[in-house]
Amino acid sequence: MRTIIFRFTAPYLTALMVLFSIFVLLRGHNDPGGGFIGGLIAASALAIYGIACGVGPVRRALHFHPMTISGAGLFAAVCAGIFSLFAGSGFMTGLWVFPTVFGTELALSTPLIFDIGVYLVVVGGISSIALALEERESD
Amino acid sequence: METVLSLVVGCLFAVSLYLLLSKHIIRMLLGVVLLSNAVNILIFTAGRVSSVAPPLIPPGAGAPLVDVANPLPQALILTAIVISFSFFAFLLVLAYRAYQDLGTDDTDQMRVAEPEDDGPPPLGY
Amino acid sequence: MAEIEATTGGTLALALPFIAAALAPILRRIFGAYAAWILAVAPATAFALIFTFLPTVTAGGVISFGYEWIPAFDVRFSFRIDGLASTFALLITGIGTLIVLYSGGYLASHRDQGRFFSFILMFMGSMLGLVLADDLMTLFVYWELTSITSFLLIGFDHEREKARRGAIQALAITGGGGLALLAGFILIREVAGLNSMTEILAAGDALRTSPYYLPIFVLVLCGAFTKSAQMPFHVWLPNAMEAPTPVSAYLHSATMVKAGVYLLLRTQPALGDTALWTTVLPLFGSVTLVLGALLAVRATDIKITLAYTTVASLGLLVMLIGVSTEYALVGAVLYLIAHSLFKGGLFMVAGSVDHGAHTREIDKLGGLAKHMPITFVAALLCALSMGGITPFVGFLAKEEIYHALEYGDAYHVALMAAAILGNALMFAAAFIVALKPFVGRLPETIHHPHEGSPTIWLGPLVLGVLGLLGALFYETYHQLFSVPMASSAIGAPTEIDISWVPHLNLAFALSMATIVLGIVIYLASNAIRAATSGVISAIGWGPDHGFDQAMRGLLRFSFWSTSRIQSGRLDYYMTVTVMVIIAALFVPMILGGALPVEPQMPELRFYEWIVVAVVLVGILAVVIAKNRLTAIVSLGIQGFGTALLFMLLGAPDLSFTQFMVETLSVVILALVMTRLKLSPADHRPLREKLPDAALAVAGGAGFGLFLLSIVQRPFDPVLSDFFERYSYAIAHGHNIVNVIIVDFRGVDTMGELAVVMAAGLAILALIRIRVGRKGAAQPDPTEATP
Repeated sequence: MRTIIFRFTAPYLTALMVLFSIFVLLRGHNDPGGGFIGGLIAASALAIYGIACGVGPVRRALHFHPMTISGAGLFAAVCAGIFSLFAGSGFMTGLWVFPTVFGTELALSTPLIFDIGVYLVVVGGISSIALALEERESD
Repeated sequence: METVLSLVVGCLFAVSLYLLLSKHIIRMLLGVVLLSNAVNILIFTAGRVSSVAPPLIPPGAGAPLVDVANPLPQALILTAIVISFSFFAFLLVLAYRAYQDLGTDDTDQMRVAEPEDDGPPPLGY
Repeated sequence: MAEIEATTGGTLALALPFIAAALAPILRRIFGAYAAWILAVAPATAFALIFTFLPTVTAGGVISFGYEWIPAFDVRFSFRIDGLASTFALLITGIGTLIVLYSGGYLASHRDQGRFFSFILMFMGSMLGLVLADDLMTLFVYWELTSITSFLLIGFDHEREKARRGAIQALAITGGGGLALLAGFILIREVAGLNSMTEILAAGDALRTSPYYLPIFVLVLCGAFTKSAQMPFHVWLPNAMEAPTPVSAYLHSATMVKAGVYLLLRTQPALGDTALWTTVLPLFGSVTLVLGALLAVRATDIKITLAYTTVASLGLLVMLIGVSTEYALVGAVLYLIAHSLFKGGLFMVAGSVDHGAHTREIDKLGGLAKHMPITFVAALLCALSMGGITPFVGFLAKEEIYHALEYGDAYHVALMAAAILGNALMFAAAFIVALKPFVGRLPETIHHPHEGSPTIWLGPLVLGVLGLLGALFYETYHQLFSVPMASSAIGAPTEIDISWVPHLNLAFALSMATIVLGIVIYLASNAIRAATSGVISAIGWGPDHGFDQAMRGLLRFSFWSTSRIQSGRLDYYMTVTVMVIIAALFVPMILGGALPVEPQMPELRFYEWIVVAVVLVGILAVVIAKNRLTAIVSLGIQGFGTALLFMLLGAPDLSFTQFMVETLSVVILALVMTRLKLSPADHRPLREKLPDAALAVAGGAGFGLFLLSIVQRPFDPVLSDFFERYSYAIAHGHNIVNVIIVDFRGVDTMGELAVVMAAGLAILALIRIRVGRKGAAQPDPTEATP
């Protein structure tokens, strides 16, 4: 599988897919997409990178262990829920702010943080599985 | 459409049950994948397939203007797909390790927990 | 005001032993064996607290206090102190104090003494709760607590198999009886609506005339007879002698075994005085009395002798409660108190003898009087009380008992004969234990016999002297203890005037006859021992042996049934599971008339048919695939077909997710399966495949019809409408599916995230685990060593 072309294009393909996955994640609240789908796209991107160039470079590129990313995601999701408690409403009640930055109105909210948490958990969890299995392959 | 989907669900269940009944771990794994698909389509169909418009609210409107597909089963299934994938991956690795450790993929010969020639229990106190 | 004091004092008395039990191991670690003196403060305080209630109780009053427990079921955590309860509580805490001190000396060098203190104090607390409990469920909880704590105490030397056996036997018999008692209590609550002892006693004839009297009677009796070691449930008591002697002195004199007697005395006003009661109880009681006393004389171990005399005494008590006349109940009460004092003392004497001479075999003991004078005095005091010689409390009891039975009819004559024979045998047994080891020549096998520390001789001496003082100051004794107790047991105020001064009457004559017979038996004890041993070995089977057989049978049965039900074959389990699923699908549908009607031929667009066909071809190909690649590809095809289906039906989110997941599934399946080098094809012969296929088709048809039946019913869109209406209004989102996932059902999603993470962690762990932990005998079939 490690043809020259594949190995050459894989990093760019991966970068594009990760970028696309973030796009899918952020548009999720209003259009088809969201944390789960974005996370799966990013995880597939990493899996492709792993198949093309080996697991080592992927791990180096990620810097953190995939399960760490996953854990951070779960932490973010829980924080998003607890955040509402401090605001005086029930656990996981959505909070919204609409600040205007450079003339554009942004919609920031706890559900968005939660969705980013979902994204990170899925990226971390699934890529950890995929990388672990690919690693055995290269033994 | 729902009638056809019922037929598809029936076929999916039949095949997945058949695979699960076999003694080979690999076939059972394939059965598990099909089973999760079967359940997903079952839930989807039970939510009715009245409209084929995606459940999106057009910009500027407060609610869908046209009759859209039922969003609730979709939300349930979306997470279910990811979870069943993780579960499937776990089973796959488990089967793989079991095969490495026991040297068989036949469930009849996987008898570490329940050995066949288990003697009677000790009768003392 | 008085109400509050009673609540505080009573609760404190109930809690103190448990508090002390929690502190015991620490105190023992700090103070060593001297911890006994500190720990004894707890039961002594409880004793004092209960003593403060005596003025109310002797005046015929009842103190009750309690807390709500489960109001929905009318279950309270409530207590009641009347004459019966107070005397029992004083015996429990009083003797308990002496026992804690005694254990301090007796087990001074034992490394687990702290644990022992803890257990015995827990037991004390349970026993105290048992006799004070008012609510039936509270009583049951304490009842089972005594079973559990006595299990711990009897099995204290858990490294010996005999101790373990004794503990299990006691738990099985008394715990089993406890369950019967629970059933009885529930029956009383359900059919008579009586929740507590107070209500039962106030209800008069309600239980006696109830159509459920027989089952209630039998169940309560099962509880009482197992606890109070009536034949044939008596076997656990002698076997419980495996416990350290302080346990025997406490559990088998004043407490545990008296719980059954307590229950009978307590329920006597409500359940007693029926033909059934006055027949069954004396029958079991008298048989237990005579056989127990006979076995006591037969035993060679002095502790076993005492154990069997306890069995006999319990038989005597049950017999008297069964007669249930006023005199009989007074006799029972007097005997109960006397027995607690002298038997507790004698058990401690047996322990001291064992401690000083290192044997309990009667043949190997003798001449200890010179070396252990205080123990000898204590032993004699207790034995004289047990033998019913004036002026000891045992004499008062025996006079009253004979007085209660001196009638001419066959019923009373038979019981009198049993009482005389039993008492004579027990008289002999008392002196076998208290006299034989101390007189005669010191055998050479005993080296350096010695008196124990003060804690060891204090207990028996105090109990022996109390037995004397109780009789000498009989008026105070009756006023404080016997009269309140007897009044509660009878259910009406009573008077007791029996004194230590003998009067020449029939009862005294019979008493004399008993003593003469007892002396004869004592002198002939060796011959009796030989004769009874001969008879028993000729029979060759006893309840004790039967217990072993029952336990082994139970083990064999459970082994057999487990190996039947859990064959260890996954395909069986799967087959059964699928069959149950099929039944669960079809049976309600058919019985409920919910089978779908025949559907119309659907009108689908051409491309929809194609997508459906793709899915169907995919799943069919998975089954018949002959090699790995085909199977994986077919699986992918049906997955992508499903994704297309979602796309066509207005679910873009689902479709994308399914695409991604299918891709990843195919990738990791390929990664793993290429290394497994296994064929996915089914190599079984057709006749094995066909039943599976039939089941699978039935299951598939079940699910298909089930779904068809669902979609043919009207749809309730309330939830979907809610989400459609509010997803933008409340949650500012245009994509309703995403809003449901991250907002409306966010907590659910969070749980699912945790599942994904857990699966990831589990997979990592599985991959990192070293293969072939079972050793080098089984080489890994896939990994060639480099």
